[in-house]
Amino acid sequence: MLKGRNLIAPVDFSMEEIAGVLDTADRIIEDQAAFSQKCRGKVLASLFYEPSTRTKFSFDTAMLRLGGEVIGFSDPMTSSTAKGETVADSAKTVSQYADIIVVRHPKEGTARLMGRYADCPVINAGDGGHMHPTQTLTDLLTIRHEMGTLDGLTVGVCGDLMFGRTIHSLVTCLCRCEGIHFVFISPKELRMPEYVKHAVRESGHQWEETTDLEGVIPKLDILYMSRVQRERFVSEEEYLRLKDYFILTPEKMALAKEKMIVMHPLPRVNEIATAVDDDPRAAYFRQVKFGMYVRMALIMALLGVE
Amino acid sequence: MEQLKNTGEGIVVSKLVNGIVIDHIKQGQGYKIFKQLGLDTLEDVVVLMRNVPSRKMGKKDLIKIETDMEVNLDVLGLIDPNATVTYVKDGKSVKKVRLTLPKRVDGILTCKNPRCITNQERIANVRFTLVDEESKEYACEYCEARTRL
Repeated sequence: MLKGRNLIAPVDFSMEEIAGVLDTADRIIEDQAAFSQKCRGKVLASLFYEPSTRTKFSFDTAMLRLGGEVIGFSDPMTSSTAKGETVADSAKTVSQYADIIVVRHPKEGTARLMGRYADCPVINAGDGGHMHPTQTLTDLLTIRHEMGTLDGLTVGVCGDLMFGRTIHSLVTCLCRCEGIHFVFISPKELRMPEYVKHAVRESGHQWEETTDLEGVIPKLDILYMSRVQRERFVSEEEYLRLKDYFILTPEKMALAKEKMIVMHPLPRVNEIATAVDDDPRAAYFRQVKFGMYVRMALIMALLGVE
Repeated sequence: MEQLKNTGEGIVVSKLVNGIVIDHIKQGQGYKIFKQLGLDTLEDVVVLMRNVPSRKMGKKDLIKIETDMEVNLDVLGLIDPNATVTYVKDGKSVKKVRLTLPKRVDGILTCKNPRCITNQERIANVRFTLVDEESKEYACEYCEARTRL
């Protein structure tokens, strides 16, 4: 039962609970019109203490497509924060108006703090470099919808594996599935952190590490690309050296399975050539839409709407 | 009342009548414990001895407190889990306590992650959970970053 709960980190939900949300999302995809009034009379407060147009649009649209209303801000200087209000007080206050809160904040742990004080469910829409659980739900829905299963897949994650929180979160969540083979593809300088490898080992799944995308692409079912983030580097030189380390091109796609899908949390920079966009295996724009569906399903679950 | 004497063979502290002896403190940790327990603000008699010769430890630190105050063992366990605590009443040892690393501590540690919300807002009793006994690392309940005392 997810009614009244918060979603701060993916581990807050069991795999059965996650599967329940994905099932609802599948039903929404099948017949969106049937869900258009499910949240009529409900209000979602969208509190964005730092800009994130994509995530905010996704949540706002999700609520609007359920027939609910949205209040909120995307610039904290227009909120009570500018007057010095604490996050705890904001949570308490806003939850008197709204039925559910979505929060994005640059400081890590803020969503957990809000969840403690709010009188309604709180969804973490990203707290600094910490967690972004609805991206993980989006990724899981995309994989399950496109591949028909979350089990027994060979999943390649490629790019900045050291700082990519989206990838850490997805890999640790997939560890709760059956028979996953992970392939970590990154420059030596941006390898997967030990704690993620440890989690994979502990869960009994297989993993391998390589710098050779072309060498491993033929065996992948999923290729999850990620951006090298400029803000993570102290040296601009180092960033420039690594940012174009992997570029997915039609030539590399020619080596991949016919049923493989390419995912990306977006925005992309250079890591996927635009020429790949027309390939039916390029799932990253469909992934954006799955994000909206899964957020619709999540809002319904936390509000206890059947 | 404690009395310090120099007998020519070193400094000797007379026997405690009522209070607490924190013994077997790792050399150099005594002052840290002294500060963390807030003993510098206590009006009772407190003796901090450093570099005391010890057969087992070579050298150790030692604290004696002539008081009825409660000792927060969480702090002690965090700084030096091998220290021993003995409660003394009427000159006799009435209770010995063995310290271990607490599984969780509330309101004592501060998060070392500069990006953690607890370093921006004043939040009472932030909880830390022990995640690695060997390295004495605790995870912040909010950002989950690992930190130590």
